Parts: sequence; structure tokens; C-alpha cells
Amino acid sequence: MIELDKVSYGYGGTALFSQLSLSLAPGSFHFLTGPSGAGKTTLLRLCYADLLAMGGQVRLFGQDAAQLDRDAVALARRRIGVVHQDCQFLDHLSVAENIALPLTVANRANEAAGNLEELLTWVGLGPQAGQLPPELSGGERQRAALARAVIMSPDVIIADEPTGNVDWDMAQRLLTLLVELNKMGKAVLIATHDMNMIRSLKSDVQASVLRLKDGQLTQAGAAL
Amino acid sequence: MKAVLDLIIGDPHADRAVPPTGLTARLTVFAACVMAFLAVIALALSLSAGRVADRWADDLAQSATLRLPADPAQADALLLSALEVLQTTPGVASARALSPQEQQALLEPWFGPDLPLDTLPIPQLVEVIADDTGYDAAGLRARLSGQVPGAVLDDHSNWREPLLAAASRVRLIGWCVILLIGAVVAAMITLAAQASLNANAQVIRVLRLVGARDVYIARAFVRRFTLRAGLGAVGGVILGLLALQLIPQDEDVGGLLTNIGFQGAGWLWPLVIPPLSAIVAFVATRAAAFARLKEQT
Ligand SMILES: Nc1ncnc2c1ncn2[C@@H]1O[C@H](COP(=O)(O)OP(=O)(O)OP(=O)(O)O)[C@@H](O)[C@H]1O
Ligand SMILES: [Mg+2]
Repeated sequence: MIELDKVSYGYGGTALFSQLSLSLAPGSFHFLTGPSGAGKTTLLRLCYADLLAMGGQVRLFGQDAAQLDRDAVALARRRIGVVHQDCQFLDHLSVAENIALPLTVANRANEAAGNLEELLTWVGLGPQAGQLPPELSGGERQRAALARAVIMSPDVIIADEPTGNVDWDMAQRLLTLLVELNKMGKAVLIATHDMNMIRSLKSDVQASVLRLKDGQLTQAGAAL
Repeated sequence: MKAVLDLIIGDPHADRAVPPTGLTARLTVFAACVMAFLAVIALALSLSAGRVADRWADDLAQSATLRLPADPAQADALLLSALEVLQTTPGVASARALSPQEQQALLEPWFGPDLPLDTLPIPQLVEVIADDTGYDAAGLRARLSGQVPGAVLDDHSNWREPLLAAASRVRLIGWCVILLIGAVVAAMITLAAQASLNANAQVIRVLRLVGARDVYIARAFVRRFTLRAGLGAVGGVILGLLALQLIPQDEDVGGLLTNIGFQGAGWLWPLVIPPLSAIVAFVATRAAAFARLKEQT
């Protein structure tokens, strides 16, 4: 559904990576690891057209991302749920309203009702539903961001360090949610440093572990 | 029409997506109010100048005065030949010698009621009324100078023309002022909208990332500024009309100063100001919003 074809990207003239290829097929599960600063976040941002490739081609649902107009990008993003590394919210809206935001902007706010309750309970934010985002802890923000990413039931879920600030039990809980969604056929791509988390999931899901280092993307499955 | 209704009723969700801004909102309303006030005054001046000019042109073009030399010996003969010339001139509807009482009334403001008219050499005045086609003033003057020596025809054109020219300039300047006010409103709303868009850069980014289309984001801004500009202008128009009521009105005096205001269909003009202000704000904010959104992925 998302394909990177010999993609290159860099900031300020220096290439971060080039000739990088990756394909997120329906039902696939990928972990993206690599040292800090290797370009994981950059790679993810290319996947939802927040950045445009400098070389090669990124295809979103079969269309060249560079050719999409702004409305088409918006529509593609409704099919991609994203947990950003710096979970940003609308600080003047409640947590519940923020989680429902993807539905709201798609004029599907009326569908939020049932899902929202369930989702809030699942990520353990029931009591915080009416609070404002600045009042949340780091871990609570990440949970809210994950809930916002999946509320549209997107075809692809991209998560950048989704469990960096939550305890082990909560991390397992969040990952279980992603595994369940993956079993429903959604493609999942998670960037993380946490090898223990990857190992704990090995029995549950057929995941491929990618390692981004020095501009090279390699399969790291054997290393585990 | 439906688009206008949608804009006024609004999408409560889209509205909530952008946080309310206190100061920009109040400044926009205030600016729209002041500009509408100025527009009402300019409009009133312009329309009044037009009215006064029209009336002068009508009244004065119809009547002229013939002044005969003050020569008691020939007075009657001169008057007779003058009336004869006038009555045979095409375009003159009527010609009538003013009675001594009428002449006295004309002089009264200057010399008081006790002026002994019959003992003074006062020129005889003849009132000349033109018909709708009018007469040829130059030709009439030529004939009069031959047959009634010393008679002076005053068709008021020497003081009427500069007044008419001045009145039409005032009218023109009034419309220019209104255009300029519209341009200033557009500029101010654009600045205010840009300030608001910049203050909400973070909000716009989050909305884009969760899949909001540009029109959705732009609408929240456009709606606010359109309503503020419209409402502010309503206030300004009301204040402007109240201010005009403070100028004493006197139809009979007939000057420009005592006739500033709206009459008849002219009353519709101030009603046009708030919708116009809203339209200007709509266009300006929309342009600013889409320009700003283009910079955002
Ligand atoms: N907007 C930017 N402008 C310039 N340089 C940037 C920008 N964003 C990232 N970089 C640089 O690009 C490199 C890769 O950044 P990126 O955020 O993709 O790394 P990462 O693998 O996600 O790191 P981490 O694990 O710490 O999140 C870093 O060296 C960073 O300094
Ligand atoms: Mg990162």
C-alpha cells in the first residue's frame, strides 16, 4: 500500500540515505530500528507525504506521492494512522475531541461515538477524556496519539516510538492493539529502539525487523 | 446561496478546530466598524452633493433675470420693447416684470422695509422663465442689445457653472473615498488573517497531519473574519447614520451643508455597506489562508 522505490533524502545538501526501498503490503508488520539520528523519523515522514523524496519514488496506494495535489494528500492521510514522535495535539480541545479529530475533519464525527468510548478504555484514558492535552503525562500523550492514529481504522498504521514513555505492561497492551489491527489486514510500521519489545512480540506476529544505519536499510531478523 | 448560508451557520466542528483569538477578533470588528462609519459619511456627502447639484441645475436653468437701465423717462418704453423681444424668442415660456412690491421685497434684506422705492432710480427687473427646450442665451443677448440698449440678461450661468463643477467633484471624491475605504478594509483584514494564521501554525499542522483538506481549515478562518467584518460594519453604519442625524437639516435653505443625509432610494446605499464589508473580508481571508496553507505539507 505504501512503497518506497530507491528513495533518497537528506537535509541541507547532505544525503541521509539513498536508494532505499521498502514496501508495506496489506497485513505486513515491520519494525524499524537503528541508532538515534539514523533517519527513522525521516523515513516515516516520507511514508505519509510530510516530506517529499528527493530521488526515487514514494507511492501511496499506487499513486506517486510527488504527483498528488494537496487534497489527494489529505485523503491519503485519512488511510494512514500516524503516531508522531512528538505527539502534537490541539491544546484547546479535550483529549476525547483530539482522538476523534481525524473523523471530525473527514466530516464523519457522528461515527466517533461508539468507537471512542471503547478506544479510550483500551488505552486507559477514560478518566482523562475531558482533560486538555497539556494536562497529560508523556505516556498519556503517547496513548492518546495511538488512539487518534487508529480511530479511523486506517489501512496503514505508522508509529514513531509509540511506547517510549509508557511502562512495560502498558507497552504490551498498546502493542496488542496494533497486533489485533494487523490481524485484520492493516499494514503496521513501528520505529523503536526497544529490542525487548520486539522480542516479546516474536511469538504473536510475523514481523520483519529492519535496521537503518549509515543510510542502509537491512533485514535484522537474524540478529535477534 | 447555500454556500452563504453554510458560511453563516457554519460547521461547529471546523470552528472549534481553530482556537478563538481575543485581540485580533476585537481589532477586526473595531476596524470594520470605523471604516463603515467613514463610508457612511462619505456616501452621504457624495449623494447630497449630487442632489444639490441636480437641483441647482434644474432650478437655475429654468429662470433668468433681465435688468433694464434705471432711467425714469424711458422706463415704460424700454419695458415694452424688452417684453416684446422676450415673447418672440423661441424657448422662453414667460416673461414678467416684477412689481414694485416684489422689488422692494428683494431689497428689504439690505435696506430695511422703509425704503422709498419710487423716489430712487431702481432698475426694473424682468423674470424670464424658459420652457423645457430652453433658449439661446447668446442670440437673445444680441437682439436685446440692439432693441433695448443697456438691458442685461443674467442667466446665472457665471456663478452656476463653478458651483456645479464643484458639486460634481465632491461627488467624485466621495466615491473615491469609498473605494479607498474598501481597499483599506481588504488590506487590514489580510493582515489580521495572516497574524491569526501564523499564531495558529501549530494547529494548522496538526489538522493537515490528521487529513484535513485545505478548504476545511480555511473555512474556520474565513468564517470568523467574514462575520466580524460584517458585524463591525453593521455597528459602523448605525453609528454613521446617528452621526448624520446630528447635522441640522433644512430643505429650504438648499445648500450642501444643510442637506447631508440620505433620501428616498438613497437609504438603500448604507444597507449595502455591511454585506460589501463581509464580501471583502471573505475574499481577503480566503486568499490569505490558501496562500499560507500552500507553505505547509
Ligand atoms: N528538519 C530538519 N532539518 C535539518 N536536519 C534534520 C531535520 N530533521 C532531522 N534532521 C537530521 O536528520 C537526521 C535524522 O533525523 P531523524 O529524526 O530522522 O532521526 P531518527 O532516526 O528518528 O532519530 P531518533 O531515534 O533520535 O528519533 C538527524 O541527524 C537530524 O539532526
Ligand atoms: Mg525519530
